[in-house]
Amino acid sequence: MKQLRSIFLVALLLCCSLPGFSQEAEKEEGGVNLKEILFGHVQDAYQWHVTDIGGHPLIIHLPMIFYSQQSGFHVYCSSQFAHEPDENLLREGPDGFYIKGAEDEKGQIVEKVGAELQPVCFDISITKTVLVLFINAILLVCCILGAARWCKKHKVDDPAPRGFTGLIHMFVMAVYNDMIKPSLGEEAPKYAPYLMTCFFFIFLTNLMGVVPFPPGGGNLTGNITCTMFLALCTFLIVNVTGTKAYWKEIFWGDVPWWLKVPLPLMPFIEFFGIFTKPIALMIRLFANMLAGHVIAISLSCIIFIMFALGGTMGTVLGSAMTPVSVFLSIFMMLLEVLVCYIQAMVFTMLSAVFISMSHVKEHHA
Amino acid sequence: MISLLLAADALAKLGATVGGGLAVIGAGIGIGRIGGQAMDAMARQPEKMGGLQSSMILAAALVEGATFLALVISILALFV
Repeated sequence: MKQLRSIFLVALLLCCSLPGFSQEAEKEEGGVNLKEILFGHVQDAYQWHVTDIGGHPLIIHLPMIFYSQQSGFHVYCSSQFAHEPDENLLREGPDGFYIKGAEDEKGQIVEKVGAELQPVCFDISITKTVLVLFINAILLVCCILGAARWCKKHKVDDPAPRGFTGLIHMFVMAVYNDMIKPSLGEEAPKYAPYLMTCFFFIFLTNLMGVVPFPPGGGNLTGNITCTMFLALCTFLIVNVTGTKAYWKEIFWGDVPWWLKVPLPLMPFIEFFGIFTKPIALMIRLFANMLAGHVIAISLSCIIFIMFALGGTMGTVLGSAMTPVSVFLSIFMMLLEVLVCYIQAMVFTMLSAVFISMSHVKEHHA
Repeated sequence: MISLLLAADALAKLGATVGGGLAVIGAGIGIGRIGGQAMDAMARQPEKMGGLQSSMILAAALVEGATFLALVISILALFV
């Protein structure tokens, strides 16, 4: 009986999945293309497409800087490139340059040489993500340096500052005492500057990602390049400052000899551990923030998908889904604020733990 | 033939989504146990609250890291 039921369930699942593709083809015509909206938001782009007002796109144009082998350095504004792609999925620009891909996609820049298209090398354009990085860095410097100046001007036994400066002081001390000191101990002052920079940068960037309009709304910590750089910094610090005992534990640890002599099993695993730790750091932050953005957009898009079904059913379903979607969006946004803090904390704490793990002392047994 | 190919495509999508769901079930069990046991420990020894909290979040983050690896793989299978 049980087997029958499970077979029936599998058959039901398969049947449910089959009509899926026939509906999908209709959706492309129906108006709402969730995939395009999603990727348009979470991916990088050469311009910042904020919204559409009455069919008119509201776009912040950004500089494009790149080097081509044929004609040297070029600086253009992204408004010089066509917004809509032509039939070959190329967006035409000046001097025979094109951007590959759809309207809000950060495709390769290619140059028309003769009849063929040649990709340019060395593209250092100020894209949407880079602009968000600049905005966040400036904001962070303003917030922290203002509070730091107070410390320079006052003595230790002065009364505690009030207002925003007080808030930053409290926050900095909480991060230092609760996250960095427990794992690093007496070495904490040495590595605290890096770890706290990481924490406050990630936290501010995450929070700015939750704000739905410029200067917020960019997906910087949900961009794997950004998290890769942060993880790379941790990787370098861990391995450059690692002690002799740390390297000895990796290549010649305290394990039974047959785990390391004919076949270096443990050294092999430990060696891979060096790389998997920062990669896990990178993926964790990236995936968490990306998931947050995707959830926020999917929840608001549910309304439009329902209305795009058309007919009475679409209207009824759309109207019914609207309050549900708004309620769920508010709930998820509040949760997302919490996730912003937790992810910044996890990155900092894990970095601190990895650094302290690479500072093992030689123990005499 | 074409319908067969389409069915294969749909099946691939099904596989990716079910795989993502399975990974999340694993993470749910793991993080739930971590949280529950930490609650137990905190109720028993409230004076150790701070240390327990940070090691709880650390362990949860490690479980989550493995899950996200699986989720990223299923997203790649879905879209790329």
